[in-house]
Order: sequence, then structure tokens, then C-alpha cells
Amino acid sequence: MKIKKQKGGGILEGDLTPMIDMTFQLIAFFMVLINFTQNEQNERVTLPSSVLAKPAKAPLEFPITLHLTEDATVIIGGQEVSIAGLGPFLLRERTVLRMDGKTEDDATIVVRAHRYSSTGRVQELIKKCQENNFEKFALRAKEDVGND
Amino acid sequence: MKLRHTTTSGDDKIELQMTPMIDIVFQLLVFFIMTFKIVSQEGDFNIKMPLAAPAAGQPDELQVETMRVRLEADGAGKLVRMSLNDRALTFLESKNGQIHMKQLQDEIVALIGTDRGPGSIQENAEVELDCDFGLNYVHVIEAITAVSGYVGDDDIVIKLIEKIKFAPPRPVAGG
Repeated sequence: MKIKKQKGGGILEGDLTPMIDMTFQLIAFFMVLINFTQNEQNERVTLPSSVLAKPAKAPLEFPITLHLTEDATVIIGGQEVSIAGLGPFLLRERTVLRMDGKTEDDATIVVRAHRYSSTGRVQELIKKCQENNFEKFALRAKEDVGND
Repeated sequence: MKLRHTTTSGDDKIELQMTPMIDIVFQLLVFFIMTFKIVSQEGDFNIKMPLAAPAAGQPDELQVETMRVRLEADGAGKLVRMSLNDRALTFLESKNGQIHMKQLQDEIVALIGTDRGPGSIQENAEVELDCDFGLNYVHVIEAITAVSGYVGDDDIVIKLIEKIKFAPPRPVAGG
């Protein structure tokens, strides 16, 4: 097919308004949905799901997040240690608590354990925390939205 | 304030430079698309486990006997047997390996009755989970879900037992 050339030197000006509108809407969409709380999560841990796991209405007063991997190692503050070697890290948390004028009763240990880690390891982890006077625990699960 | 119209001879047009703006806008869009990650919501199951055993004293009238849920696993950590107060219970396994503990939930509902609120059995009842060492943690959460409550009509969560604790850990199988 032969395309006829238009006569004259007229400049073709595309209307950019709809494209810019759409692009700004997309940016707004992604900006609203961006999640800044990913530092609390760890990609090595796949949480078990539960229909009752709903996000808490109020944030925990002093959460200490412990990630328990499938290999029975604990990730705390970006460092990976064995359950037995968790003591110095918990001691550090206790020091921070004292500096804030709080006690171990005010802190909650958030256990983010991998779905296929052994229950015995989770209990060992809890025991280790108990030895450091922590009593409140929260077992974290992801919300089951019923799509499986 | 009165704006003065500048009248210039001819039909001069102010042309807005769109290219830099579109460049930046697309870069922003690419950034947000790349960092976008669908993260499912998370929730907590609270358990309180003091190291010291509760002091012996006058037993509370409303204190009900602790319900003991026993979960037994095979070598691979899969749930094979389950019992409530030494009474064997059945469970259903879906295709994706998820276990539904309907009978456990029904038994709990029957034990605590329909009374709710302050001072009720539901408020004081306690469940102790006694699990094999190698049991996959996912089954513990399934059991906690079954005893904690269920989603009723209109997506309202009906709470059952709120006091949950673990029995002392069992030794490693074969260890």
C-alpha cells in the first residue's frame, strides 16, 4: 500500500494529555500501594497462613522480631545466628529496653517461623527467650485470603 | 490586581517543553513498578509463656481444666495423629496439604459452651499444645487457628480460646 505524503510542511502534534493523565494515575496507584514495612519481613521465611491472622489494630509496644528459617537459624536485626547463640542479641535488646525505662514485660517477641520449620525448634527459640525473662510471644502468620 | 495582557505582533505561541517532564514521569513509573511487591497481610497469635510455673494457691472457681491437644508427626514432619484430652480426632487434608481441624474446633465449641464475656468458660479456658519435635510448624498454626476461633457470617471472627500455651518440648525423634 502506498502512503501518500501530505503536502506542506505542517508539524504533526500528538495530543499528549491522555497519556500524561494515565501515567500520573499509574504513578499515584503505585505510590499508594508501595510497602515500606518490608524491613520486618524476610524472604527466607515463608509464613504459615491462617484465616484468623488479621493485622493488629494497634502496633505492639516494643516488638522484637525473630525470623526462624527452615534450617533452624534465627535472623535478628539482619544477622543470622543459631538458637543457642541468640543470648547476646537478646541481652542487647534488654539493654535497649532498660534505656527506654521499660522491662521485659513490655516487650513482645514476634516469632516469624518458616512454615516447615520444626515445632521443637520454635519451642527451643521460645525457651531461649524465656531464659532472658521474655514472656510475651506473638506467633506470626500471614492472612489466608482463601485463594488456595 | 489587574493582569496586563501583552500584545505582541503576530501569533507567537509559548511552547511548553514536555520531553523532560515525560522522561522524569516515566522514570518514576518504572521505579514504582520495579519496587512494587504484593505483600499479604500478617497477623499474630498471642501466647503468654512465663518461665516460672504459676504459684499454687486457692484454685479459681472459674478455672477450667486445661485442654490438651496432642499433635503427632511422621518422620517428614507431617501430622499423622491428633487428639484432644487423649481422645483421638480426625482431620481433613486438602489437595495443597493444608489441614482442616473441624472436629477439634467442634469439640472445643462443645466444651466451652455458648457463654461468652467476662467470667465465662470461654474467657478462662486454656489449651496446651503438646507437639512432636519434628512436627511442621504450619500444623501448629492450623491447630491454633482451630482452637482460637472461626470466621462466621459477614466475615466476623468468632473467638473461642484465647489462652494458648505449649507443653514442654518433646525430645528429638530417634535422638
